[in-house]
Amino acid sequence: MANWVPLWLHRLSSPQTFYRFAGAVRPWALGLALVLGAVALYGGLFLAPADYQQGDAYRIIFIHVPSAWMSLFIYGVMTVSAFIGLVWRIKLAETVAMESAPIGAAFTLITLVTGSLWGKPMWGTWWTWDARLTSELVLLFIYLGVIGLYHAFEDRRQGARTASFLALIGAVNVPIVHFSVNWWNTLHQGATIRLLGPSHMDSSMIWPLLLMMVATKCYYVASLFARVRADLIAAESGKAWVRDLALGTQERA
Amino acid sequence: MSESLAMGHYGFYVWTAFAVFFIVLLIDSLAPVARRRRNLRDLRARLVRQENRRRPGTPPSNESHP
Repeated sequence: MANWVPLWLHRLSSPQTFYRFAGAVRPWALGLALVLGAVALYGGLFLAPADYQQGDAYRIIFIHVPSAWMSLFIYGVMTVSAFIGLVWRIKLAETVAMESAPIGAAFTLITLVTGSLWGKPMWGTWWTWDARLTSELVLLFIYLGVIGLYHAFEDRRQGARTASFLALIGAVNVPIVHFSVNWWNTLHQGATIRLLGPSHMDSSMIWPLLLMMVATKCYYVASLFARVRADLIAAESGKAWVRDLALGTQERA
Repeated sequence: MSESLAMGHYGFYVWTAFAVFFIVLLIDSLAPVARRRRNLRDLRARLVRQENRRRPGTPPSNESHP
């Protein structure tokens, strides 16, 4: 059996090893995100044709939909690592959960603002209390609650555990966001891209969208790893490896 | 080119949306890098202070205590 996999995972969950691993992976993830994002947005803005109903306004989809997917995907990652952190008390899992929250909040904010900028010309309103829009706004508030709760405690691990608990409760909202367009009669349109069955979109518009989805995933990895590294320095400041790092590195750090 | 940049009548909405996307992600990507550097700098200053305190007689460091 390949028992090097659990061994490798076990080693990786040590803060020092993960700090180095994250530092090595981050530039590649960021570079990949920038290249893929540039290609995808060029395809979306200039190569894809205008929509026959919405004209060029529909091009907001190329950032709005990937951001919306990320707002839910990151919440999923946060929930799983919060659960692992609560059950097995793995410090790194707590850190990943807590450092995912600001990135998820950023993507949720982008989703709401770009959706608003799309809604004004198409629906004639910046905002409406529609099920999809409202549940996405609730998602933003849950993210902000997790961030606030994490920082409200003097002891960061206690803060992480309390905020992890809130993250688990808030996970109820994720399927509500996803299925809101099916469960309620909403102004927001239903799913365009389908995993099963044909998508309601031409391939010239689909490939930039899917590429943008990959680019935002890479961006998430890069941002998460940068955040975890910053967090580990503060959390492990009493450990020898962080001291060596602080004293050994001069200005370039 | 300028025609495609105008995005029909929707240039304002499309380009504002893209600007929001890039500004938010730029802030999100720069903040942790600055935070890590600050954490390392603070820790280095603390370690230097501790070292000076442990060895009395050495010239005090030129940093001012709050």
